[in-house]
Amino acid sequence: MSAVDRVSGRALPMRGDSIDTDRIMPARFLRAITFTGLEAHLFEDDRREADARANAGNGKPHPFSDPAYAGATVLLVNANFGCGSSREHAPQALHRWGIRAVVGESFSEIFFSNSVALGVPCVAVSRDAAGALMTLVEKDPATIVDVSLSDMRVSAGGTSHPIALPASARASFLTGHWDATGLLLREPEAIARVAGALPYVTGF
Amino acid sequence: MGETLLEKVWRAHTVRTLPNGQTQLFIGLHLVHEVTSPQAFDMLRARGWRVSRPDRTFATVDHIVPTKDQRRPFLDVMAEDMMSALERNCRDYGIPMADLSSGRQGIVHVIGPELGLTQPGMTIACGDSHTSTHGAFGAIAFGIGTSQVRDVLASQTLAMSPLKVRRISVEGTLGRGVYAKDVILEIIRRLGVQGGVGYAYEYAGPVVERMTQDERMTICNMSIEGGARAGYVNPDETTFRYLEGRPFSPRGDAFERAVQWWASMASDRNATYDDEVTLDGATIRPTVTFGINPGQSVAVDERIPSPTDVPPQERTSLAEALEFMGLAPGAPIAGTPVDVAFIGSCTNARLSDLREAARIVTGRHVAPRVRGLVVPGSQAVSHAAEREGLDRLFRDAGFEWRGAGCSMCLAMNTDRLEGREICASSSNRNFKGRQGSPTGRTLLMSPAMVAAAAIAGEVVDVRTMIPAPESPAVR
Ligand code: SF4
Repeated sequence: MSAVDRVSGRALPMRGDSIDTDRIMPARFLRAITFTGLEAHLFEDDRREADARANAGNGKPHPFSDPAYAGATVLLVNANFGCGSSREHAPQALHRWGIRAVVGESFSEIFFSNSVALGVPCVAVSRDAAGALMTLVEKDPATIVDVSLSDMRVSAGGTSHPIALPASARASFLTGHWDATGLLLREPEAIARVAGALPYVTGF
Repeated sequence: MGETLLEKVWRAHTVRTLPNGQTQLFIGLHLVHEVTSPQAFDMLRARGWRVSRPDRTFATVDHIVPTKDQRRPFLDVMAEDMMSALERNCRDYGIPMADLSSGRQGIVHVIGPELGLTQPGMTIACGDSHTSTHGAFGAIAFGIGTSQVRDVLASQTLAMSPLKVRRISVEGTLGRGVYAKDVILEIIRRLGVQGGVGYAYEYAGPVVERMTQDERMTICNMSIEGGARAGYVNPDETTFRYLEGRPFSPRGDAFERAVQWWASMASDRNATYDDEVTLDGATIRPTVTFGINPGQSVAVDERIPSPTDVPPQERTSLAEALEFMGLAPGAPIAGTPVDVAFIGSCTNARLSDLREAARIVTGRHVAPRVRGLVVPGSQAVSHAAEREGLDRLFRDAGFEWRGAGCSMCLAMNTDRLEGREICASSSNRNFKGRQGSPTGRTLLMSPAMVAAAAIAGEVVDVRTMIPAPESPAVR
């Protein structure tokens, strides 16, 4: 596994608090036994609604439909992003679409850890910084947003903001150990020892 | 100094500290279902790993099962595929499974407790965010994603960051017609949908202590709606009595020893908490959500807020919610017409929920335009309800009585809203599109309130329809 210390690229602004995983990936697309092709259905219902309005001359298309943001690798969000269902289908689809880092005010814990497992850092910035970055990118979608886990900063268009990321997640990205299974399998005797000391495992 | 249950369980399950500072935590029970596991099994196969502890793993099928015609193969080809994938994986890796022919199938968070698999002091993980339900037994239980399902399958452990504990005490008593669902909706309304991020919620106080296990499950179930990945109640006599004689509970002397250990895992009296919150149970009223997240709720006799009533940072989401819901700011929530009434889900589809709802519908009939659906949480609930004649009461009142599963809680089968229908629902999520129609609308409430809404054809205060005696939480 490779270390993740920097994600740099064009960004996609996704405004709104508490965007839940049902909206990111509606349940009907979970009717499959693989994650293949999920990216085609990202925000499908929201997109259909926003795009229909845009076609009627009312507002902009959904950012995930807007050609201006095609190829973005950084997702910009507000607060409590990815709340609700634990479905990894949501971060899987974002990853398959090309997202390699998420920058926002805050994240649901399950979404955050699912993203870690895919090597996608979710880094926190202030509400003001999130708003400023989104405005910058909306004005000029070609803006390069640079997320650095070594410097713990996000920079774009001559501005720079501090980012927050729990120390454990940061260490996992910087050392390339974001896929935990290998580490978890390393000390089977220690696992067996803990299991053997639990009364409910040994039958009381 | 005393310890909380969380600290005790964490310590007992800690394998080691990982290089990044996280804890490697042993998982005592891994529950598996058909939607979030097939990819995990594939990852396992691709890496040539075995399932480490099939004996500590248990599977069932709930999300995609049809609730009408359950004959195999299912008419729905995708559902059949998912079902057979789970059956194959369980067979290949020796994992016990409660399938449709077992008499034990049901929503994973209903059958775990029902079978006695869920026990105090355990760590429990499942690829489902409502795993927090099992915390009602004094377990530390949380939802995980598919990559973490793979981790638990392979190692029976997880890499976890420690959680803080917020103690939420509900004092006093609940009024008539006020249920566990109203308590948790009120908690989420007060603390917000992200108030619990980083915390486990410990629910305590006289109201919670008097609650049945079913009611405690309703509360713990929706911890995640408040942002808390886990929620728990300290195990007590109510818990132990519930577990006695269940298929997977210890028996005889072992049960006595188990009770001692279980009791020892409860938070100490002098434990310290990262935060403490107190609510007065007497002020809680039957509660209804009006928006698109579970924190957007009002008491049934209140009015829907308008964007000017709320703090600036909530205005945009409130405006978005009202637009989507087609509800007018300042209007009373009572009287909102409903098209569908859904009694089901891991929050509120246990026998006691069905009994309460049945009390309301007895001798009455569902309003002419309303489609009413009762979906028991498990086959065991269904059979018990049928033995009591509840199925007949519901059918006579004009409800459909279905087979067990998640059904219209997330609409992965054919039970779903059409167009802009409004659904009075006993489930846990009112997200846009949650019940299967992208424009469908959900009003969350207690099962008794859903029953009342079905009869009236609109949101109505269940207290005006409730016969004596009192609701269980009041007893
Ligand atoms: S009933 Fe609803 S919330 Fe519960 S497990 Fe099923 S889909 Fe999830």
